[in-house]
Amino acid sequence: MAQELVLVVIKMIVVFAVALLIVAYLTYFERKIIGHMQLRLGPMRVGPHGLLQPIADGLKLFVKEDIVPHDSDRWTFYFAPILNLVCALVLLAVIPFSYNFMVTRLNIGVLYVLSLASVGTIALLLAGWSSGSKYPIMGGLRSAAQIFSYEIFLGFSIMGVLMISGSLDLVKIVEAQSKVWNIVYQPVAFVVYVIAALGELNRVPFDLPEAENELVAGFHTEYSGFKFAYFFLAEYANMIVVSCMAVILFLGGWKGPVLPGIVWFLIKMCAFFYFFIWVRATFPRYRYDQFMRIGWKIMLPIALANIVVTGVVMMLV
Amino acid sequence: MSWSQLFFYVFAVLAVIMSLMVVTRRKAVHSAIFLILAFICFAATYVIMNAELLAAIQVLVYAGGVVGLIIFVIMLVKAEEDEVKQTHGQWIIAAFVALLLVVEVAFVLLSNLAQKTGGLAAKMAQAGGNTEAVGVVLYTKYLFPFEVASILLLAAMIGAIVLAKYKLER
Repeated sequence: MAQELVLVVIKMIVVFAVALLIVAYLTYFERKIIGHMQLRLGPMRVGPHGLLQPIADGLKLFVKEDIVPHDSDRWTFYFAPILNLVCALVLLAVIPFSYNFMVTRLNIGVLYVLSLASVGTIALLLAGWSSGSKYPIMGGLRSAAQIFSYEIFLGFSIMGVLMISGSLDLVKIVEAQSKVWNIVYQPVAFVVYVIAALGELNRVPFDLPEAENELVAGFHTEYSGFKFAYFFLAEYANMIVVSCMAVILFLGGWKGPVLPGIVWFLIKMCAFFYFFIWVRATFPRYRYDQFMRIGWKIMLPIALANIVVTGVVMMLV
Repeated sequence: MSWSQLFFYVFAVLAVIMSLMVVTRRKAVHSAIFLILAFICFAATYVIMNAELLAAIQVLVYAGGVVGLIIFVIMLVKAEEDEVKQTHGQWIIAAFVALLLVVEVAFVLLSNLAQKTGGLAAKMAQAGGNTEAVGVVLYTKYLFPFEVASILLLAAMIGAIVLAKYKLER
C-alpha cells in the first residue's frame, strides 16, 4: 500500500516537472516559430539561439515586485491564479501518455477533464472581479462567456467519439482505435473540437478576452510578477491538455508503428502545438459578435447533427 | 485505519470547514469561492465511496456550472455597487429547512435503509463501473422521468430567453 503511494507520488512529480518544463519551452518555441514565420529570428540573445530565454523570463517574473492594486479584493486576487494553475495541472493526472505511463487511470477520464476545466474557468472570472478595475472585469466576463459557451461545443464534439468507443476511460478510448483512428470516423467532430479548443484556450483567432486594442490585457491586466506567471503557465498547460485530449480522442493516442508509444504520443502532441502556433501566425482576431455567431449558429447545429448521424450510422451498421 | 478512511476523514473535515466558511463570509463572492471548494471536497468523498460518476457530475455541474453562474450573477447584477453583502434575513426559513434535513438524515441513519444501500456504488464499480450502470438505468427504467426533466429544462430555457427579450424590447 505504502509502496503504491510512493510510486504514484513519483509519477506525479515526474509528470508535473516535465509538464512545467515543456510549458516553459513552449513559450520559447512559440516565439521562435512565429518569428520565423514573420521572417524574424525570434529570441537570440540568451544562450545559443536564445535557448535559455524561458529560464531568464521565469527568473525575471520571479524577482519582480508583487503588486496588488488598492481597490482589489486581496484574498481573491491571490486565490484566482492558484486555482487556475491547479485546475490546469491536475488534468495531466489522467492523461495516458502510453499504455502504462499515467499517474492514475480513471473510469471517467473524459468527464474528469471536462469538469475540472470548467472549474478553471471560474478562476478567470474571479481574477477579473478581484482586480477592482474595469478592463479586467470586462475581460473576465468575456472569457467566462466565451469558455462557458465553447465548452458546450467541446463536449458535444467529443460525444461522437464516446459513442464509438463506448467508454469514458481514456485508455479504453485509445484501445478502441487500434485499427482505425477516430478521425476517420469523426472528421466533422474533429474540426469542431479543434475550433472549440481554440475558443476554450483563448487563443488567436478567438483571443477576445485579451484583445489588446479593446481591453488592455483582459482579466490579467492588473496581474504582474509571479501571479501573472501562474496565468501564463496555466494557459500553456491547458494547451498541453487540449492537445493530449485531441491525440487521445481522435489520433489514436500512443498507437503507431516501430517507435515506442510515448514517443508517438509526444510527436502527435507536438504536431498539435505547431498547429496552434501556426493558426496564431495566420489568422486575425474575430469580432466578439462574429465569434458568438460562429459558436451558437454554426458549431452547435453541426455538433448536434454529428451526434445524430453517428447514432443513426451506429444503429444501422 | 486504511488509506481510504484517512482520506475520507480529511475531506469530510475540510468539507465541513468550507461549508461553515460559505455561510459565515460577508462578501457573496467569497462565499461562492468556498462553495466551490466545498463541492470539490464532497466530490472527493464520493470518489472514496467508488461513486466516480457522481463525483464528476458534482464538480462539472455544481462547482463548474452552478457556482460559475452564481458568480456571473453576483458580478453582473451588482457590478456597480462596491460590495455584495450576505445577510441573515431569511434565518427562520433556513432554520426550518435545516431542521427538516436533520430529521431526514437521522431517520435514514436510524432505519436500516443505510445498511441496505451503503455498498451499492462499490458493488457497481466491481461489476464494471457505475457510469455504465447509470446510463443503462437512465435509458430503460427511468426513461420517462428523464425525458420529462429534459423537456422541462428546455421549456425553462426558452422561457428565460423570451422573458429577457420582452424586457429588452420594451
